[in-house]
Amino acid sequence: MDINYNSDVIVIGAGPCGIAAALEVARGGKKVVLIEKGEHPGSKNMYGGAVYDSALREVFGNEVDYLPYERIINSYTWSFLNDTGSFDMTYKNSSSRHAYAIKRFNLEKWMVEIAKKNGVYYIPNTLVEDLIIKDGYVTGIKTSLEEYYAPVSIIADGVNSLLARKLNLRDDFKPYDMILSAKETIKLEKKVIESRFNLSEDNSNGVCKMYFGGLKEYKNIFMMSFLYTFKDTIMLGVGANLADLSKNKLNINKIIDEIKSHPDIIPLIEGGKTIEYSAHLIPETGFNKMPELVVPGAILAGDAAGFINSVHFEGTNYALISGKLAGEAALCALNNNDFSVNTLSVYKKKLSKSFILKDLYTYRNIIHKLYSRSNSLSYYYPYKIKEFFEIVTSANCYSKSSQFKKFLFNFIKDRSLSELIKDIKAFSRCAFDMLSGK
Amino acid sequence: MEKKDNKKSIQDKLSTIKYNCASETHLKVDEKKCLKCSEKTCTFICPADVYELEPETGCIIVRYENCLECGACKIACPKKAISWEYPQAGYGVIFKNS
Ligand SMILES: Cc1cc2nc3c(=O)[nH]c(=O)nc-3n(C[C@H](O)[C@H](O)[C@H](O)COP(=O)(O)OP(=O)(O)OC[C@H]3O[C@@H](n4cnc5c(N)ncnc54)[C@H](O)[C@@H]3O)c2cc1C
Ligand code: SF4
Ligand code: SF4
Repeated sequence: MDINYNSDVIVIGAGPCGIAAALEVARGGKKVVLIEKGEHPGSKNMYGGAVYDSALREVFGNEVDYLPYERIINSYTWSFLNDTGSFDMTYKNSSSRHAYAIKRFNLEKWMVEIAKKNGVYYIPNTLVEDLIIKDGYVTGIKTSLEEYYAPVSIIADGVNSLLARKLNLRDDFKPYDMILSAKETIKLEKKVIESRFNLSEDNSNGVCKMYFGGLKEYKNIFMMSFLYTFKDTIMLGVGANLADLSKNKLNINKIIDEIKSHPDIIPLIEGGKTIEYSAHLIPETGFNKMPELVVPGAILAGDAAGFINSVHFEGTNYALISGKLAGEAALCALNNNDFSVNTLSVYKKKLSKSFILKDLYTYRNIIHKLYSRSNSLSYYYPYKIKEFFEIVTSANCYSKSSQFKKFLFNFIKDRSLSELIKDIKAFSRCAFDMLSGK
Repeated sequence: MEKKDNKKSIQDKLSTIKYNCASETHLKVDEKKCLKCSEKTCTFICPADVYELEPETGCIIVRYENCLECGACKIACPKKAISWEYPQAGYGVIFKNS
């Protein structure tokens, strides 16, 4: 093809995925531009709260020692909410350093600085409007001002990936394939957060709490809320399936407000002031609805490809590693001077060998199986747990045996047998998938 | 806690956000489809309360300047009536604390 290339690789989107991809290409000695529509890196992005040490080190090596994080997250609580309280499980390891709480504005800024130091040409404030296709190959991009050419484009434009749609790599999304999430950043004094959550002053520990349903009004919606402690803010957010929200005519902000007025949450955020509100989608397309990952001259990675594990709140690590692998594949194509699907498919092979496609495969049915039992998870079991612990803790004047028998009787009576069997089937299918995964 | 109307609650929260507001909308609805739409999903699904039904005309008012660029409305609209683009480069929402 007779094209005057401006660069070897163009990366679209400076989220964790695009930055990792661009860095990999630059380290391989090739010319790479990284294009971001936001004025400041990270300014279009939001998440729950934590990035993971292991994936960061794979991409940034020992630079991670200088990550300007706010707190290390090493206490995890899974909490099943009912109307008046909760049933909680906490795992804490005060010496672990697996996860860092850091705002996206600071995270992406730090990442972009490292990329620039390594030779990545970073172009902010620039929206890629379309891809240029010549003889079936993606050969460049269009912005409102100019065209820019490179033999490989790495598309890392996040969950909505308008570019993947333009390239016909996927169908239109269905509401069922998306979680809509909204979050509040709540400001509190650092000291208050530390005493409230029992944290040390040196930021070496922090808390992640995951809440499951439990609010009576929303019996049939599978929703998860989260809370992360930062230095002098708390992140409180909630996510629910977009189809569920649509069907029930529900607004996600209303659910946040509901969560904020739950008796378990009120004391945690008391006196706090909301300093930012944000919203974002989380893809649930997973393994079963994976888009085409490679076309001649282009590779799709990160959220744009639906690489995420929402059960474990993991996304940035999938983005970083898939970005790095996309960068490696681009280098391989450049070295062979061959940008066909055949050569670029080395990306897919690398993904298959990594945890990304293995886990995506393992979890291919799990989240939707859990959705199918929303009522059980968000309502029935949390309230049965409440009943059970009321017996254990109420010290009333009835014999324990009679109460437990009544509980057991009601447990089966309130749940028709067929629902019970459906629960058992769904949960054992999840367990089976976990154990038989790759 | 005092229960606030959801619209008011969203308004208060939107006031915490920084925007660089573009002079042109990045969200357009196809009015013909909207008139025939019984669900009006956009009017309740949006976390920023961007869409409002004008009862007299049946038209949808789009307050694009409040948009958080999440993408939910476009996917949730049952008639695929929303043409959804990102705001021009450098415009739109600016998250600093998320
Ligand atoms: C509520 C919520 C909580 C989460 N919690 C966690 C968590 O705790 N831990 C975790 O690891 N993950 C979490 N995730 C997931 C994580 O945020 C994502 O998986 C990750 O950000 C994906 O990275 P990415 O680089 O692929 O995409 P993004 O981070 O979305 O980056 C895409 C970038 O591309 C830019 N862009 C898009 N289109 C264009 C264009 N046409 N031209 C130029 N630039 C463009 C965007 O502005 C953006 O900067 C969470 C997500 C959500 C929504
Ligand atoms: S949901 Fe879609 S079709 Fe219905 S009113 Fe809103 S934009 Fe129009
Ligand atoms: S993109 Fe999100 S915030 Fe913007 S109008 Fe649509 S639903 Fe509302």
